[in-house]
Amino acid sequence: MTTIDTHATSAAPSGAGLASVADWVTTTDHKKIGRLYIGASALAAIGAIVVAGLLAFERTDATGTALPIESLTQLFSIYRFGLTYVVLLPLIVGIALCVVPLQVGARSVAFPRLAATGFWAWFVGSVTAIVSIAANGGPNGGNTRFVDLFMLSAAVAILGVLATVVSLATSILTTRAPGMNMRRVPWFTWSVLVMSLTLLVALPILIGDLLVVYLAHKYPSTSELSGNRAIGEWAEFGFTQPTTLLFLIPAFGFFAETVATATRRRLTPRGTIFAAVGLVGTAVYAAAVQAPVIIRAGFSGLSGSAKVSDLLPFAFVHVLPLLGAFLALALTAQGLKHKPGLNAALAFGLFAALLAVLGAAGNALYHIGDAGLMGTTFEEGTWLAVVYAGVIAGMGAVAHWGPKLWGRSVPTKAVLPLGLLAFAGAALASLPMMIAGFADQPGGVFPVIEPGVPGAVQFEYSGPSELWNFLSLAGHAIVLVSVLAYLALAIRSFAKGDAAGDDPWDGQTLEWATTSPAPEHNFAQLHVVQSPEPLLDLKPSNRSDA
Amino acid sequence: MLALPTAPAPAPRRQLFVGTALVLAGATALVGGLLALFLRFRSATIDAGESWMPEDYKFSMVAANVMLISLLPICIFAQWAVYSAKRDDRTHTGLALGLTGLMGLAFVNAQAFIYATTAMPIALGTYSVLFYAVTGVSLALAIVGVVFCGVTAFRYLGGRTTDREIVSAHAMYWYAYSAVFAVVWFVVYVTK
Repeated sequence: MTTIDTHATSAAPSGAGLASVADWVTTTDHKKIGRLYIGASALAAIGAIVVAGLLAFERTDATGTALPIESLTQLFSIYRFGLTYVVLLPLIVGIALCVVPLQVGARSVAFPRLAATGFWAWFVGSVTAIVSIAANGGPNGGNTRFVDLFMLSAAVAILGVLATVVSLATSILTTRAPGMNMRRVPWFTWSVLVMSLTLLVALPILIGDLLVVYLAHKYPSTSELSGNRAIGEWAEFGFTQPTTLLFLIPAFGFFAETVATATRRRLTPRGTIFAAVGLVGTAVYAAAVQAPVIIRAGFSGLSGSAKVSDLLPFAFVHVLPLLGAFLALALTAQGLKHKPGLNAALAFGLFAALLAVLGAAGNALYHIGDAGLMGTTFEEGTWLAVVYAGVIAGMGAVAHWGPKLWGRSVPTKAVLPLGLLAFAGAALASLPMMIAGFADQPGGVFPVIEPGVPGAVQFEYSGPSELWNFLSLAGHAIVLVSVLAYLALAIRSFAKGDAAGDDPWDGQTLEWATTSPAPEHNFAQLHVVQSPEPLLDLKPSNRSDA
Repeated sequence: MLALPTAPAPAPRRQLFVGTALVLAGATALVGGLLALFLRFRSATIDAGESWMPEDYKFSMVAANVMLISLLPICIFAQWAVYSAKRDDRTHTGLALGLTGLMGLAFVNAQAFIYATTAMPIALGTYSVLFYAVTGVSLALAIVGVVFCGVTAFRYLGGRTTDREIVSAHAMYWYAYSAVFAVVWFVVYVTK
């Protein structure tokens, strides 16, 4: 037995000025690369939520336009691409990159240079994609060269995230501590593995589709793949549900992690919760079919075989992920009956999981033809629930694992109200959009705002829809305020706050067995794991359920 | 403070092998997605009573068949490299990797030959876009394989003879690529 009180040298000194910049640019430390992802996506979140607010404001008055009409199409593209691939996905991947090697007891991430290259490819690709949309490019842009540039840069950004995902999945599969078999991996690590494996199937298909529409756009012909519409049509699945639900799978692992930590007990049934989280991954079928899977309108009048041909794919693509999300939430929440202590991360985890289930349920409903919701803002509402669930999970994860990255913690009592505020804002931003969908407010993944043009979204509606849009605007504003306040609090706490201690939350998994902040190579010694909760085994006072 | 039993660093768990397998899974999904699009548009075009492949353009089936056939020796040579590396036989490992790389270059050359002789513009229509997307991605994967072969040879022949895992991962890459290309060959060059 070895006492883990090493307080080994924390991360290598960064130096100052250019040396510090060079250190961050060339770093292969997974904790630094992860923080680069988190920092960049946090900054992007502020911009993207402002754009979301502007678009919601625009829709509070259906009869006129406050913003220049020609900019609306571009703003919708930035809104969709930005929140999905510049905020949600990199935020989750960044947190996973920081935490997973620590959780599995590894000294570093597998292929650290690949992970770093992935970050920079994502960063350059994302910036170029946003710039190209702003320069009248993007899915429905008018400038051909910038439309082409958008597709290429979006593909590069996604490829970059994929490179990091390969690094993550390989770490989980090959660098686990001795004794940590797959049934003993921490909750969050398991969910990251499920996400990684499903993204390795889904995102290359999206890259392939972007390549095809790029070629068709770059070399125009009479092909139905040519033209801007094809971009939205063939790449749409990558920017909406259920594909975006895949990005959120780690939120369920995070929730389970926080429930176990807050209740100081072993969370059970372990295998069933693992299976439920895995079930969410069946959403990957949506990418495989590359088209919306729906139950046609007039379903009751269809023949028996036609009903089966609608129901089976629908069950795989929409019902199973919903079932998995619901089971993961419900089974994990069972652990809350053991009276958890005051824990900010737990609240964030619960809110994120609730929003994820809302998004998954809304997604299933949207694809039922007889509900009459297709082509409405209902889709946007469900997508927003998922995206903001990811933002809330990210905020909670930074509060939870911040001590391992910065050596200091965010005060629980200060951060808890912000979680509640963000949840209220997220619900307010997404639910009214769903209700407006029932009122037939037109929507779309990449809507074209061209008054009078057939097929384009006109945004001509009246009545209570304006109220729903106003509520959604209020929701975006609340989320923005909570994110800004959280960032200010986190920056202040991590820079000047109290030292966190090595195990501030009385954790159960290996990341809490090293110092805060974790040293450059994570652990002074490699630990042997004999249960899924190795640190709980060492805390007799917490073993009431052992 | 917390006390956990410690252990010496475990033996490497085939990190490169697993990483390569994951990349191959992604590459397979990429080509699979493109082939699905190819077949979808082909089916729709034929159902509409139109010709799928432009009649004015023919590609060399000889070159396409040579590409498929060349993958057999590539796999054999790659496995030969694994066999030799396990026996610390540097000469045969080098020879096997060299032949693998050479055959890989011949494969790339055959694809370039098809492009040059067919001379089909990309802007011709849906078929040409999908033809170049599918075969272009396949070609890119073959080039990655050749580069992988070169890296493997430099590492192994440069003295890291205990690093046999990269030789195994390299062989696995070609096995998987052969399977992927066999489907591409059947869909694009045989079914047309």
